[in-house]
Amino acid sequence: MQSSAAPSAETHSRPTDSQIKETIKDLPRNNASVVIPILQAVQEKFGYIPPESLGIISKHTNVSRNKIYGILTFYAQFSLIPKGRYLLKPCRGTACHVKGAKDVINHIKNILNIEDGQTTPNYKFSLETVACLGTCFLAPAMMVNQNYYGNLDEKKVEEALKDCE
Amino acid sequence: MPRLHSPNPCIQRLGSLKEIQSFREKLLKSYDGKKKRILVCSTGCRARNALKIRDAFYNAIKQEHLSSEIEIIETGCQGLCAYAPVVTIEPLGIFYGKLTEKDVPDIIAKTMKDKEIINNLCYSENKNTYPYRKEIPFFKPQNKIVLRNCGYINPTSPEDYIRRNGYSAIAKMLAGLKPEDVINEVTKSGIRGRGGAGFPTGLKWKFANGYKSDTKYFICNGDEGDPGAFMDRAVLEGDPHSVIEGMLIGAYAIGATHGYIYVRAEYPIAVEYSTLAVKQAREMGLLGENILGTGFSFDITIKQGAGAFVCGEETALIASIEGRRGMPKPRPPFPAESGLWGKPTVINNVETLASIPHIILAGGASYAQLGTQGSKGTKVFALAGKVTNTGLVEVPMGITLRQIIFDVGGGIPHGRTFKAVQMGGPSGGCLPAEHLDTPIDYESIKQAGAIMGSGGMIVLDEVNCMVDIARYFLDFCQKESCGKCVPCRIGTKRMLEIVTRFTTGAAQTGDIEKLQTLAESVRDSSLCGLGQTAPNPVISTLRYFRNEYEAHLNDKFCPAGVCTGLFRYEIDLGKCTGCGLCLKNCPTQAIAGAKKQPHTIIQDKCQVCGICMAKCKFNAISPKPQVKTPALKV
Repeated sequence: MQSSAAPSAETHSRPTDSQIKETIKDLPRNNASVVIPILQAVQEKFGYIPPESLGIISKHTNVSRNKIYGILTFYAQFSLIPKGRYLLKPCRGTACHVKGAKDVINHIKNILNIEDGQTTPNYKFSLETVACLGTCFLAPAMMVNQNYYGNLDEKKVEEALKDCE
Repeated sequence: MPRLHSPNPCIQRLGSLKEIQSFREKLLKSYDGKKKRILVCSTGCRARNALKIRDAFYNAIKQEHLSSEIEIIETGCQGLCAYAPVVTIEPLGIFYGKLTEKDVPDIIAKTMKDKEIINNLCYSENKNTYPYRKEIPFFKPQNKIVLRNCGYINPTSPEDYIRRNGYSAIAKMLAGLKPEDVINEVTKSGIRGRGGAGFPTGLKWKFANGYKSDTKYFICNGDEGDPGAFMDRAVLEGDPHSVIEGMLIGAYAIGATHGYIYVRAEYPIAVEYSTLAVKQAREMGLLGENILGTGFSFDITIKQGAGAFVCGEETALIASIEGRRGMPKPRPPFPAESGLWGKPTVINNVETLASIPHIILAGGASYAQLGTQGSKGTKVFALAGKVTNTGLVEVPMGITLRQIIFDVGGGIPHGRTFKAVQMGGPSGGCLPAEHLDTPIDYESIKQAGAIMGSGGMIVLDEVNCMVDIARYFLDFCQKESCGKCVPCRIGTKRMLEIVTRFTTGAAQTGDIEKLQTLAESVRDSSLCGLGQTAPNPVISTLRYFRNEYEAHLNDKFCPAGVCTGLFRYEIDLGKCTGCGLCLKNCPTQAIAGAKKQPHTIIQDKCQVCGICMAKCKFNAISPKPQVKTPALKV
């Protein structure tokens, strides 16, 4: 995973067709099995799957647009709407759940005034609860872009959000 | 993502069996076992500042001009995650945990220079401190086969792996074993798939070996989706080459020429290290064409999962690699006959594969000596939840749940009592205290109402509501259901609705029976493992904790104090000492009482946040049923 995973500032200006083509140009053509890696590359680069990229990916892979749409809506990793610069991924895994993840997630929602899957209007934060981060010893835990925060309570959530500057 | 410092960036190419042997000898010769080493966990512990600790060590030894005397090894998970960030100091074998950057100069000055032990950094239990890793009660009952290198080597160094007998199983195999011999050895070992279903690995390989085809595939399933499980993550992060070696052996046994490691994108370090390990193995000539000059060829591609739990199911995983929606299909045909792109395919779990090199080297019979009649070898568990020593443990099959939770795990923290252990994630079940002496093997656990599963073990105490736990897992399965078959798509939805009625106080007479019937129908009629096992948490909690469902139904009361609106807090006037801790911490000033006099809760102001109960040192505050007219006048 590259450090560029953090969605960049250009997230909310729409990427151009040539930017999208540039992102996927090195991946194999006319090959259905590459659809997911291509979508992953686009998601990583732009922080979301720009709807206009579907036609480009379709031409590249020779897979129809509706099939690609079906694939990208199936997997939780992909989003058709832009994400904020900071992607908050509070864990709702079992260990986190039994240690109060619900309260942590609700506190984030209250502070940012967004629901799960939404982005703040200034494109700073997106909230996306995940099934399990596999860091159960830190429960309740959260990832902010590539950083982990553990043993969260309301105060630590506020501190973690303050780190996002 | 910060990278580990690779100790040896120039890769040696190994062209023959002889060359790998002489390379290992060279590595062993140049390795000074008496040298002072600091093993810093740099994967799992990262979440608790491990990389800053690592850098502090690098800086400290540089400043003190000790770089030639002390070596820093950045390792994968050392197991005792509750003490993160951790280090082990070799050759003394001292284990320190819960470090801060401030402790680093002390460790250098005292322990590294004068072998002095710093007591407050050591593991402690019942007021005893245990400085040495091998004496710590958490490590003592463990038997590390899968995790043999995890926490001891730098996962980005193939040299470390080779020095510790890595890739000698493939050398032994390529020097004289036929594919049938390999399959025999694995069959003899009795190892069963560690992904959860427990299918005998040797048999799976035998089937795939039996099908004639120009192309066969070998897949490593690292799509560890069970919430509460982190075994595969630790292995891929801490010892990725052991998985590659396991795959090489499997591929040779079935005649596969290409393989995939399917790993969750949610595990960035595991993705990074397994990708790096594949690249290194290829550069060394351990993957690719004509491996070690023996004519055997096999290569591996890394595939990242895209966030769908169902892709852990083998036919869905195949669909995902082929680039489709990850939907399962009916079996037979099994993947061993017709799998990836219609070719014979074996899919093994990470943990299974990491065990294979040991089986080939030590022999199947020796592995089979560990464990029980039907379940051989060791199993890795991810111990989490309400247990003191959360972490990664590897124990022989046949050990009891009590030994794992209380001896290894150190019991339940905060003086609370054990209520249940949830095994096997969303496909598993909750076992109550009466099953603590159940030996861990596939059959006993299944009989008790849970499943071995992939190895997630979540401990629950009295403040966990079992109805809420059942609801949690149903909610998970409902969201993750792929939607292909009706029983799973609609059945889990209806079950979730019923259980939600319990947790909100809206349950009606007959709901328990309805839930039971529905759970059994979904179990019996779903297409794949996800739907067939999704009702397990409900069935097992109904079996052992029916009284909690009944309390939610009849009394509109959540005895654990979890389901909002179904309880209120009350202070036991006999137990309250009037210390004032609850009063001070209450965010809504809902507690009243004079100093040293029993306190009371003003119910109108109470937000039921539970802080008072968590703070109380005398167990004086507990959830009680809601009453229409307050019994207590304030």
